[in-house]
Amino acid sequence: MEGLLQQIVNGITLGSIYALMALGYTMVYGIIRLINFAHADIYMIGAYVGYYCMSFFGLGFLPSLIIAMFICTLLGIIIEKIAYRPLRNATRISVLITAIGVSLFLEYGTMFFVTANVRTYPEMTGLLARTIKMGNIVISMQQILLVSITIVLMILLQFIVKTTRIGKAMRAVSMDKDAAELMGINVDSTISFTFGLGSALAGAAGVLVGVYYNSINPLMGMVPGLKAFIAAVFGGIGIIPGAMIGGYFIGAVEVLVAGYGNSMYRDAVVFGILILVLIVKPSGLLGKNTREKV
Amino acid sequence: MLEINNIDVHYGVIHALKGVSLKVNEGEIVVLIGANGAGKTTTLRTISGLKMPTGGTVLLNGADITNMSAQQRVKMGLSHVPEGRRIFAGLTVLENLELGAYLRRDKHEISKDLDMVYQRFPILRERRRQMAGTLSGGEQQMLAIGRALMSRPNILFLDEPSMGLAPLLVQEIFNIIQDINKAGTTVLLVEQNANMALQIADRAYVMETGSIVISGTGSELMKSDDIKKAYLGG
Repeated sequence: MEGLLQQIVNGITLGSIYALMALGYTMVYGIIRLINFAHADIYMIGAYVGYYCMSFFGLGFLPSLIIAMFICTLLGIIIEKIAYRPLRNATRISVLITAIGVSLFLEYGTMFFVTANVRTYPEMTGLLARTIKMGNIVISMQQILLVSITIVLMILLQFIVKTTRIGKAMRAVSMDKDAAELMGINVDSTISFTFGLGSALAGAAGVLVGVYYNSINPLMGMVPGLKAFIAAVFGGIGIIPGAMIGGYFIGAVEVLVAGYGNSMYRDAVVFGILILVLIVKPSGLLGKNTREKV
Repeated sequence: MLEINNIDVHYGVIHALKGVSLKVNEGEIVVLIGANGAGKTTTLRTISGLKMPTGGTVLLNGADITNMSAQQRVKMGLSHVPEGRRIFAGLTVLENLELGAYLRRDKHEISKDLDMVYQRFPILRERRRQMAGTLSGGEQQMLAIGRALMSRPNILFLDEPSMGLAPLLVQEIFNIIQDINKAGTTVLLVEQNANMALQIADRAYVMETGSIVISGTGSELMKSDDIKKAYLGG
């Protein structure tokens, strides 16, 4: 029983990371119907920015987090502007291939500058190094931090999307671009904003992972990126609450498989879920079945 | 008020509009009729900035708006109710209406206009918290018109507002269009239902395969034998 509870705690921690990343996939998909494969690499760059802030400039956790989110926001907006915007009226497959190109560019570009060596985040000190013990369950302060920052960011995101003017514009553009334009909404800047928002969350996820797992490298985004993508598909791609649920679900599954089954199988199980979802309900948990109109 | 001169539009190699010119004077209801594929919708999309012409000019109150973005044109007082209504199905009725006033900052005036729209379409007030996609076809058309009015347009474009509606509702929609016009908004109306459209038109244009072939006052066109044969079923 205690083992299970411990696994659940770990699952929620990992799930937070997936959920943060999945939100970016799902928002970008919702607005321009693109699986942005470069998203996972923005997460990696967030981790590096956090690393340099902490180890070279000696900044604390919070300033580093905010700087990483800020730089990732800019990066997301620039990528959209340079790589995707010129292809706004191109076929979806051309944009998808471009996204893979951008992803490789970021991975190997980063490797060129920082080398392929694994870096380790500085040890956390003080409060952040502590752990709480309840019976045999161990919860580290880092886990609490990670989960609570994720929740704060999600609430903030929901607030932006549901109540602000730009949030309403985002939802309108994702439903019908032409009609949104007729309302006087600037579609291009709304798309930019969406990329920026998603990238900020990915950057936050990168720093949190760096703090929690310590080691980072230029290819660290690949597998978590795919899993976060699966989380987004599981919850219903394009649906924000779906990405949150999907993230926690995938995180929990992965930890439980590793804890009770065989950790060799945990990736296989997660990808198995993708296949299952695509067969049984391709629109995802919260998705409605819509027929593509011709 | 609105003047388009010699507009050419291409979709790839297809020459969709070939030198279309038309004029809408302040306070008028101008109707554009023609068969499917004649270029009526493309004309409206070009005027509202969704489609860029390959030649010609669009003038609004004498100012050249040919190269302006759609949102700049909304700011200048153009409002477009697109074909097929195109309401935001996953947003509530109220959110749809609020989006109609997206570029406006005058909160007090916006809520006045919201009341005006609710007065014109009481059903929308009843359903304001409902998802727009759950409305019936006629209600959705009312929402689309209400949403367009929320920008306080000087000139309103309506693209086939009667499409897919029961005859009784069609009559109601046409009454509403006349009311809106009487309240001071200039109207450019695209319709398949030529008979009803010509009855409320001050002037009308007939399009065929990308060009305007006939123009005149509504009553002139209703009496014309060619029009009767081709569009009025007799």
